[in-house]
Amino acid sequence: MARITSDEVRHLSVLTRIGMTDEEVELMRDQMSNILDNIDVLNQVDTEGVEPTAHSVDVVSVMRDDEVTNDKFVDEMMANAPQRDGNHIRVRAVLD
Amino acid sequence: MDKSLVNLTAHEARDMLDRGDVSSLELTEASLERIEEIDDRVKAFVTVTRNLALEQAREADVRIAEGNAAPLTGIPMQLKDNICTHGVPTTCSSRMLEEFVPPYDASVAERLRQEGAVLVGKGNLDEFAMGSSTENSAFFPTHNPWDLERVPGGSSGGPAAAVASGEAFFSLGSDTGGSIRQPGSLCGIVGMKPTYGLVSRYGLIAFASSLDQIGPLTRDVRDSVIVLNAIAGHDPRDSTSIEFQPPDYTAALKTDLKGMRIGVPKEYFVDGMESGVEEATRKAIDVLKSLGAEIGEASLPHTSYALAVYYIIAPSECSANLARYDGVKYGFSEQDADSMWDAYEKTRQRGFGPEVKRRIMLGTYALSSGYYDAYYLKAQQVRTIIRQEFESEFEKFDALVMATSPTTAFKLGEKMDDPVQMYLNDVLTLPANIAGIPGISVPSGLSNGLPTGLQIMAKPLGEEAMFRIAYAYEQATDWHNMTPEL
Repeated sequence: MARITSDEVRHLSVLTRIGMTDEEVELMRDQMSNILDNIDVLNQVDTEGVEPTAHSVDVVSVMRDDEVTNDKFVDEMMANAPQRDGNHIRVRAVLD
Repeated sequence: MDKSLVNLTAHEARDMLDRGDVSSLELTEASLERIEEIDDRVKAFVTVTRNLALEQAREADVRIAEGNAAPLTGIPMQLKDNICTHGVPTTCSSRMLEEFVPPYDASVAERLRQEGAVLVGKGNLDEFAMGSSTENSAFFPTHNPWDLERVPGGSSGGPAAAVASGEAFFSLGSDTGGSIRQPGSLCGIVGMKPTYGLVSRYGLIAFASSLDQIGPLTRDVRDSVIVLNAIAGHDPRDSTSIEFQPPDYTAALKTDLKGMRIGVPKEYFVDGMESGVEEATRKAIDVLKSLGAEIGEASLPHTSYALAVYYIIAPSECSANLARYDGVKYGFSEQDADSMWDAYEKTRQRGFGPEVKRRIMLGTYALSSGYYDAYYLKAQQVRTIIRQEFESEFEKFDALVMATSPTTAFKLGEKMDDPVQMYLNDVLTLPANIAGIPGISVPSGLSNGLPTGLQIMAKPLGEEAMFRIAYAYEQATDWHNMTPEL
């Protein structure tokens, strides 16, 4: 039996904003279930009191002065925009 | 086409350039001719930058004539296509970034440009570096130069195949779970992943930020050292770049191993390992012993959990990193949509391939409310245990050695329908990413006519010990001189 349901996959499809056909949902459900079954081995490890590691090196906040350093790239950056209006990116309405 | 030119190492080419025996333009033309001759079969390149390469080669020749050459000035190179190159398309082998032209260079690309290396093109990869065979490229799979019906490994399959087949003298890859070392092994070349934070990730298109690291793919260990010398060092633009002044790693290139303590972790002879791989690894250990190393048994008991840790952490980080691809600012954008939400969903449905979608969904699941503790937090805790086990072994040993990949190159299509089987390719490499330690793969022989790799891992910033062992082994054997017939 599948570990996760088709409805859960559909919910994930909304959260991730990845549109899916019914066929894709079913395949994803089976493949994810298989992967999650393999991940279950972690439950065999006693992690009581073990600190989590997010990064293998100590990460510190890097500060710099708030100065514009990339202004010379404006045209090249804007050239990548799918919908351009001068130096603005055209977007869809958020509220209908 | 002068085949002997394209089979040189970068340092041999350097010597010839400095003596005036060859020009950068000649080397570059030889690389470009080789690409033209074989790349319709190997498919290592997403983009070939012919005009840029010829222009950079001419500039390099001027610089060499003026006596201002750096170690890589005038040497033709490729870069994996997830490393941003100013004005040169950088696709991640994804439909999502097919049209993307970066407005800036990644730090490593900038350093190599300043060094005067010549860019001949960009290397194919599994889409967004997610995969172990380069079959997940949205454009085409890359073929292994040793057997064109087999995969080159991945995700840096384009870089490994290009270097192995004489299309470029070296390349840079990225390694999140083995993506430099495993293709290096499968293509019979040297692939090296530095300590996390030693090389700047600025301009590397992010996959899993706490695991990703850029490193060289080269024809021998000396070249690996020369390329690392060029790209290592602190960069304020990468907040995880460590404050460390790298030494000149060429000092580590010694041919004896007297006094070196090398551990062989017993857990790395895994079930399902190809017998030829195991045999090559055991023979390599005998060679290390004959060079004066003290060999001892090591143990990393939680090794078998590393794969599960990786397949929670990497997808989780990827789900956050790839949230930026919304079709608004850059990249693929589906215009045929009814609303903003519809546009997001269609853009990501059509822009991403199956493996990328799987990982985004898996990561989103692992990070979602109710599952966070059971998956993500648990994985981070086991990550601590794995890291501590390495730390403890590195108190006893200068380095650990094992095979790079449990098998040699497999057939195209063989593992594409079973993600879990595909993930098992990285079982010997991904612990180094989890622990943040350096690792290198050097050619260790042939099994049924296909290359095998010996992997050497060292403690964080222990690159010198790692290179010393790799170099001494390489110089005592002849495997690095093997080239595939094409």
